[in-house]
Amino acid sequence: MSTRLTKGGRRIDRSQPVTFRFNGRTLRGYRGDTLASALLANDQMMMGRSFKYHRPRGVVASGAEEPNALMGIGQGGRFEPNQRATQQEVFEGLEAESQNHWPSLAFDVGEVNAALSRFLPAGFYYKTFLWPRAFWKHVYEPIIRQSAGLGKAPKDRDADTYEHYYHFTDVLVIGGGLAGLAAARAAASGGARVTLLEQSAHWGGRAPTDDDATDQVETLVADLSKMDNVTMRLRCMGAGVYDHGYVLGYERLTDHLADKSGPRHRLWRIRAAQIITATGAIERPLSFAGNDVPGVMLASAVRDYLADYCVSVGDRTVVVTNNDDAYLTALALDRAGLSVPAIIDARQEGGGELAEAARARGIRVLTGHAVAKVTGRTRVTGVKLARQTGEGAVIEDIACDAVAMSGGWSPVVHLWSHCGGKLIWDDAEAMFRPDATRPPTGADGEGFVTCVGAADGVFEPGEILQSGAAVGLRAAGVTGHPGQMPDLAGPSERPERRANPIEPVWLMPASATRALRAKTWLDYQNDVKVTDVQLAAQEGFESVEHAKRYTTLGMATDQGKLSNINGLAILSGALDAPIPQVGTTTFRPPFTPISMGAIAGEARAETFQPLRRSPLHDWQVAHGADFEPVGAWRRPYAYVRPGEDRHAATAREITQTRAALGLLDASTLGKIIVKGPDAGRFLDMLYTNMMSTLKPGRCRYGLMCSENGFLMDDGVVARWDEETFLCHTTTGGADRIHAHMEEWLQTEWWDWQVWTVNATEQYAQIAVVGPKARIVLEKLGAEGVEGEAFPFMSFQDHRLAEIDSRVYRISFSGELSYEIAVPAGQGLALWQALLDAGAEYGVMPYGTEALHVMRAEKGFIMIGDETDGTIIPQDLGLDWAISKKKDDYIGKRAQQREDMVRSDRWKLVGLKTLDGSVLPEGAYAVAPGHNANGQRNVQGRVTSTYHSPTLEGGIAMGLVLNGPDRMGETVEFNTLEGGRVSARIVDPVVFDKAGEKQNV
Amino acid sequence: MFDPAQAHDTGVAITTSAPGMITLRGALEDTAFKAAVEEVSGLTVPEPREIVQSGEHRLAWMGPDEALLILPRDALRDTVDALVTALKGHHALVADMSDARRLFHLTGPDAALRDTLARLCPVDMRAFQLGEIRRTRLAQIAAAFWMGEEGRLDLICFRSVAQYAEDLLSDAAGKGVVLR
Repeated sequence: MSTRLTKGGRRIDRSQPVTFRFNGRTLRGYRGDTLASALLANDQMMMGRSFKYHRPRGVVASGAEEPNALMGIGQGGRFEPNQRATQQEVFEGLEAESQNHWPSLAFDVGEVNAALSRFLPAGFYYKTFLWPRAFWKHVYEPIIRQSAGLGKAPKDRDADTYEHYYHFTDVLVIGGGLAGLAAARAAASGGARVTLLEQSAHWGGRAPTDDDATDQVETLVADLSKMDNVTMRLRCMGAGVYDHGYVLGYERLTDHLADKSGPRHRLWRIRAAQIITATGAIERPLSFAGNDVPGVMLASAVRDYLADYCVSVGDRTVVVTNNDDAYLTALALDRAGLSVPAIIDARQEGGGELAEAARARGIRVLTGHAVAKVTGRTRVTGVKLARQTGEGAVIEDIACDAVAMSGGWSPVVHLWSHCGGKLIWDDAEAMFRPDATRPPTGADGEGFVTCVGAADGVFEPGEILQSGAAVGLRAAGVTGHPGQMPDLAGPSERPERRANPIEPVWLMPASATRALRAKTWLDYQNDVKVTDVQLAAQEGFESVEHAKRYTTLGMATDQGKLSNINGLAILSGALDAPIPQVGTTTFRPPFTPISMGAIAGEARAETFQPLRRSPLHDWQVAHGADFEPVGAWRRPYAYVRPGEDRHAATAREITQTRAALGLLDASTLGKIIVKGPDAGRFLDMLYTNMMSTLKPGRCRYGLMCSENGFLMDDGVVARWDEETFLCHTTTGGADRIHAHMEEWLQTEWWDWQVWTVNATEQYAQIAVVGPKARIVLEKLGAEGVEGEAFPFMSFQDHRLAEIDSRVYRISFSGELSYEIAVPAGQGLALWQALLDAGAEYGVMPYGTEALHVMRAEKGFIMIGDETDGTIIPQDLGLDWAISKKKDDYIGKRAQQREDMVRSDRWKLVGLKTLDGSVLPEGAYAVAPGHNANGQRNVQGRVTSTYHSPTLEGGIAMGLVLNGPDRMGETVEFNTLEGGRVSARIVDPVVFDKAGEKQNV
Repeated sequence: MFDPAQAHDTGVAITTSAPGMITLRGALEDTAFKAAVEEVSGLTVPEPREIVQSGEHRLAWMGPDEALLILPRDALRDTVDALVTALKGHHALVADMSDARRLFHLTGPDAALRDTLARLCPVDMRAFQLGEIRRTRLAQIAAAFWMGEEGRLDLICFRSVAQYAEDLLSDAAGKGVVLR
């Protein structure tokens, strides 16, 4: 059984016991425990079930690489699945549950999968579910969905907050072990801004446990803490390295606390001139049958639990290894008074100095031997001993309740590789290490990432300190802050950890039978076995990237931290190609998963997205406005009164406006000032019609096309004075059109004298619309606005209600209409004055839907309804707005292309249903016959469709084949219900064609 | 809509004001243009990423050919007219943009002010100098800010997104200091 020993435990505070719950049971731990160490202390070795076969799985590691001990942590709005128990610190009241089992962890129905594992080989999904085709959707997919996945998705809204933090530093050091501390210390010595991130809650990494280097760690941390130019963060993982020295740091602020106030995670968005990765190394499992039985753990993890938490993972632990390092575990266990029945060393020659020490303590050391098989189902009961060179003939049964394995170490090269750093295979050490000659390079072509310590394949503490500091010094020097080499001495009097070299052992025993290989796990989380990778190779998936996807090796939440190298070594064996030739899969950020909340940062709830509010927004809210999004703006769709729906409100607003007086908030329309000696010439190029001939004081409607000839915006241009124009754009188009103008001015016509200013937000603009519009203007103080004194398509300055106003006589409704522009801060005052003055005429504000209906009644097009990026002005019958006199305008050449001038382009017409109903939006007009795909032929589509209260029926516009030549013809449109509705092709202008209402 | 002085636990208070703001477009390096602007504003045309101040008047560099004059409202009308007159004959654009933007004032401990914006803007706030102006991104909107004096940070954004900016700033200011 696993248990807590009575004394010791570097990281735990025995004076601070905590209680927490696991699968509903209340358990005890100490402050400083991880969830994994606390569970082990409670003899809870089994911590989850595997993804595919639902096999019982125990914790295997002690850090970020853990594949098995994934938990659902927290409850309700704080529930999060797939959290590693090895990194989750316990706190009072912590709630944890294991995953991927039903009905319980101990008894699981899904485990039947294991019995069928012979029939679930690599590529099983691809092979099995192809046929019969219809089964996928109705049979296979629902079943797979039911059984797939590890943790449950949270159901509630996230109760926590998150934040981003932009940080700039000269030297960023990722990893706070001995190497990182030394690098940071040296880098900071010359005054460079240095930032040091450590993913765990402790400085020093493996140095205190493996190298007796506690003093060195403490001294370095103390020195660094005193330096003002150094930023140190614990529980902050370097998640990813990106171009130009951009790095994401993921800081967990409250995950380890009972008090959840404040942001939960902080995403550090770092710009670093130089990056040093001191990310250590990860121990590899050995591949023997039953290496996934709970109780089989990494040798380093076994000694971590002992040294850091004083937890023994078993009373009798067999150590199995191919290198000297695992002897440290045997020695530590033996010193703690625990039994080590045997050290099984696959090497014929066995270990060096450490092995001697083990023998001297009377531990049985077997060289040239292997574990043939681990026995036990939910817990190790023993190992079967065999020779490493054979097929696994059992020599002896050794009873034990834990197995500590070591297959060597793999440097954590992930961050080095994220941005393109290359690797080389080190034959002597049997590992991939960073190739210092091929680093990730920055804009200057020089490397900006350097690896130090175990991440660079350096394991001796004295050497780690010296080389780490040298790299730190060099990096600071590159940023212009040369420093001094600090005086760093490694721990003395320690046994040589690598006296005898490692011997690569990718399969144990070397010629294991198929039966054994089929129980030999490579990827614990995704249930990939040695036989699966061999099958993939046999079936032709020879590229490591293909083999990965076919077998799912390394595709789980741990991204193959333990399985990658072992898996590709098996692949290399199966292909009979050397490991470096097979290569690794691509390392991509993040190093371990980061929360969605951290990525979103402040972008949630009220600040999820910026909403643009008009100067009249608050009044609109208070008066029943039912808003709709228009770009980032919110505009009132209609002002709904009690007892009305949107439809009724719209009809009321239109009827009132056409009869007497309505007000529209037009403030959101774009307003761009264009000024300069070349302004007229510039606008002639921008618009399809002539603007330079416009007289000061007059207005003209214009169309703007893209270079490809397509209509992209429209609006009224007013000439303020000889050199100055105001261009109105659509609400959604203001920023885009302003950018369009600047692009042409800055890249093509940089020698033209034109300035632009986007003044959209400077003005509130209110449309006063209806037969009583002029009277109301006069009531507010306008003089000389009668008839030709203030003609249509002109503007005048007036003082209305004591406010300096610019009044444009323009109309988008067909009514007598004035748009009044005032400084935005005075918009509400003017609005109120207009409401007061118009009260006797029943004035009411109208929304965007009434605006749309009234413009459609007049046959006015709307950008985004009649246009969709494929429509040219000629399609819409707007030839009158295209100048024939101009040599050029943007889009002119494109509009002469063959496809643009063909005679069968669909063209704009009005549509009137025979039964008076409203045509469905976007409905297609059907044509006889079917196309090559068996679809019904079409001959047009609806672009705008409304109920007109004025005409008491449906009105619509649409694009129809040869439409303008087919007036009076009837065409049929599809309805959503599957039926047809007939409509007559009519003139798009269905109200006041002569313009008598507007021109009064 | 806006509580004039929201003091946060962190000691950061956020207020707003509505001074006059005049956008100037012209060749900032042109001697005659400079002279005309300096004559009317009483301020030296700023260098790139600089904002200059004299009493209630500030002149900010907004781009290679754009400057922003911030001044008391009561001087607005006369100054616009004076600028237009002084710049007659130059290729320049003078636009009253006083109502187009919202001006926020953040006051409080220096570290808290810097960390408030470090949460929202991709700017090295540790190195940000007094008299410097940055046009940048405040979360998802455009903004510009400067520190005229110790313990005070001014920020402008467009009027329509002022509520969003206020929500962002209040939230970030309330989260305290990250770095000592």
